[in-house]
Amino acid sequence: MASKFINITLKVWRQKNAESKGVLETYALDNVSTDSSFLEMLDQLNEQLIQDKKSPVAFDHDCREGICGSCSLFINGRAHGPQTHNTTCQLHMRSLKDGDKIYIEPWRSKAFPIIKDLIVDRSAFDRIQQSGGFVSVNTSGNTMDANAIPVPKADADSAFEAAACIGCGACVASCKNSSAMLFVGAKVSQYSLLPQGKVEAKSRVQNMVRQMDEEGFGNCTNTGACEVECPKGISLENIARMNRDFLKANLNSDK
Amino acid sequence: MSSLDSKIPKGPIEKKWTDHKNHMKLVAPNNRPKIDVIVVGTGLAGASASASLGEMGYNVKTFCFQDSPRRAHSIAAQGGINAAKNYQNDGDSVYRLFYDTIKGGDYRSREANVYRLAEVSTNIIDQCVAQGVPFAREYGGLLDNRSFGGVQVRRTFYAAGQTGQQLLLGAYSALSRQIGLGRVKMYHRHEMMDIVKVDGKARGIIARNLVSGELERHSAHAVVIASGGYGNVYFLSTNAMGSNVSAAWKIHKRGAHFANPCYVQIHPTCIPVHGTNQSKLTLMSESLRNSGRIWVPKRKEDAEAVRQGKLKPTEIAEEHRDYYLERRYPAFGNLVPRDVASRAAKERCDEGYGIEANDTNEGVYLDFASEIKSKGKQVAYAKGDHNPNEETVIKLGKEWVEEKYGNLFQMYKQITDQNPYETPMKIYPAVHYTMGGVWVDYNLQSTIPGCFVAGEANFSDHGANRLGASALMQGLADGYFVLPYTIANYLANEIRTGEIPVDAKEFDEAEADVKSSIEKLMSVKGSHSVDYFHKKLGLIMWNKVGMSRSEKGLKTAIAELGELRKAFHSDVYIPGEADEMNAELEKALRVADLLELGQLMAKDALERNESCGGHFREEYQDEEGETLRDDKNFKYVAAWEYNGMDANQSKLHKEELAYESIKIAERNYK
Repeated sequence: MASKFINITLKVWRQKNAESKGVLETYALDNVSTDSSFLEMLDQLNEQLIQDKKSPVAFDHDCREGICGSCSLFINGRAHGPQTHNTTCQLHMRSLKDGDKIYIEPWRSKAFPIIKDLIVDRSAFDRIQQSGGFVSVNTSGNTMDANAIPVPKADADSAFEAAACIGCGACVASCKNSSAMLFVGAKVSQYSLLPQGKVEAKSRVQNMVRQMDEEGFGNCTNTGACEVECPKGISLENIARMNRDFLKANLNSDK
Repeated sequence: MSSLDSKIPKGPIEKKWTDHKNHMKLVAPNNRPKIDVIVVGTGLAGASASASLGEMGYNVKTFCFQDSPRRAHSIAAQGGINAAKNYQNDGDSVYRLFYDTIKGGDYRSREANVYRLAEVSTNIIDQCVAQGVPFAREYGGLLDNRSFGGVQVRRTFYAAGQTGQQLLLGAYSALSRQIGLGRVKMYHRHEMMDIVKVDGKARGIIARNLVSGELERHSAHAVVIASGGYGNVYFLSTNAMGSNVSAAWKIHKRGAHFANPCYVQIHPTCIPVHGTNQSKLTLMSESLRNSGRIWVPKRKEDAEAVRQGKLKPTEIAEEHRDYYLERRYPAFGNLVPRDVASRAAKERCDEGYGIEANDTNEGVYLDFASEIKSKGKQVAYAKGDHNPNEETVIKLGKEWVEEKYGNLFQMYKQITDQNPYETPMKIYPAVHYTMGGVWVDYNLQSTIPGCFVAGEANFSDHGANRLGASALMQGLADGYFVLPYTIANYLANEIRTGEIPVDAKEFDEAEADVKSSIEKLMSVKGSHSVDYFHKKLGLIMWNKVGMSRSEKGLKTAIAELGELRKAFHSDVYIPGEADEMNAELEKALRVADLLELGQLMAKDALERNESCGGHFREEYQDEEGETLRDDKNFKYVAAWEYNGMDANQSKLHKEELAYESIKIAERNYK
């Protein structure tokens, strides 16, 4: 792969902290290799800013292989940039052109307050998980043999597809209602598809939905933007399954 | 001076752990809430330890530098997790897993620890399934397995190429449950800055809140370090950007010995380097070697033509390809252990057969064409088509490959802009895992009483080379099934201690130390960024303390690293302030520790006058380029005692390794 070099203009959201007012700053960046990832391009910008004794841009990132879910960024109005089924760290500069003007903004949602520049607080997702996203089994290691309950391959595969969610928050950021239902639906689905998760299915969906509402996420109006922008292609079916489980749980609740 | 007592229980190897569990002290349920435990790190080891300790009823405080415990780098592990279940009925057993791991580690690990690991491996799978981890299954609904390097059975459980993700999310869910119940208090975006010792015992940590920059004091009756490995000393590695050695290094500086730092795993199948702005390397799972065949052109002119873009790999005829692993190691073929596969790739590239058009021509092919054909035929046959045409075979074969490795192929395509279903992947070795780490005894306790170390951060189970799919196994074994027992044995003596006050003078001193080291770094106001120094460090390490090491190179490295460390402390520039979110300061603090560690790695490699596992000394090889181990003089764990920033001053302690259950032999994969 022969690499090329391009020159670009960046419009980056800068905000000192949660209280201060943010502003879009403009930066010119030259000689960006088309083999670089988008985050390597930001590294290059930061190196330039540091050389100029200016404050580098803060952004979340860690694994840089599309699995940890740390990276975020609204790039030219789309979560994780122009490609589908992709995270920002796996977006490469060859997808952009010489002379491009690129807008980089943080996730926007009331439930994800800004911490600094492009970094937002996604701990609401953790709290939703803590409210019910688990099977209540102690770690004794000898509940029963792993092959004691056969699980139909189709169910196991669907559970895995739901569990592939990386918790990045692109679904929330892309939704006009800031709804977290794709995230919560995926978690609820993973467990409700597996025999081990069925026992607590009712209370789980009720608790997780309650926590989701308390965190200030909006409701789902079936626009489907979340599914389109989800880097892992989590399906809307998971929302349908959660709604079904939620209704079922409320209609014949033990409580 | 602390002596190295490995505390291996007496008795036959298969009874050691059970007997030890039967005789260790317990803490009664009513006493557990009086006891605080700190866990640093939320990867497989840290998350599982926190969850287990929380369940048992201790007050647990868990720390991670990421924005959520779910993002720890265990999440990126791809291929799988080993367990001696023998579900495939191909002759597996606890003993065989134990034997493979010892042999894979080139007879440089502790027998008793490895046996225990093999023993609890089966519980891990049971536990994970009970937690709702969606492992891959066969059509009959039972769990599927695949094979990994260095073994001749199928014992690896997996979830596509995202096994680490699924296991970590499983441990995270168990941890989340305890957080929800109030038994674990989670401190995310917090980094441990130092350990606090009172009367010689680990009694707490100083942590930095990464959002506000504030320093915090946290006390406990025991501290667990589960902070992962130190591959980022090479700058370019498959580790996450934030992965670091700091927690492990801080306890080393306070008295914990650091063992076998030179044992580094260079993984054979990673995407080759593309350019100078590259920030990290990406692994292509070892599981791909189940299906892919590794080769380079047989003729140098073909390699040259490929590099110049004049020839495509698919145009090179079968007879002009050198499947060098199959040629050199017919018994294990493409599934030789990682160190062997990596060295073989380097050998071919050094000889001029490399196929990548980068500065060093370093790259070899990983080719799926044969597998696509053979699996395509099988699938067609299973569907009743006993005479499928070529097109059908290829189509079905590609579908089969996609189901097994889809996410990896997609990731490869994304990064390289090439389609691995049509053309072979280009791969090359990269730094991946560190077998070395904090020295621990059988109870996973370091040489600091009350300070335990779990997962990749300790040195205990993998010797000089780790087998694929064994890191996940060790992380969860330590956290779920070993530490909860052994830590209780220690804590049983702490039930009368009462809460540890954080206003003690030891906390004052530790906090003042941290504060002054931060101020020092901030006040340098030099001319180069942290990355500038980190990249220099990485180059020295990769060239001189990497896949191939020599006395001369190591001595040069030690000197260069000393100079680089001085340059860093007098010329680094950190923008911003210490009392705010400051990523550059975080990096600087980590690089400062990596600089010291790098020198100790070189020192350790220099002292070890033999080749074993991932440690290859050019002076010690046979005529075929295989490693020459020296069991007479080096069958020991090298545990280093800190004695100042200059590694030349570090003091070596040796733990002799005894092989009682396994006959020590030459490691042969031919």
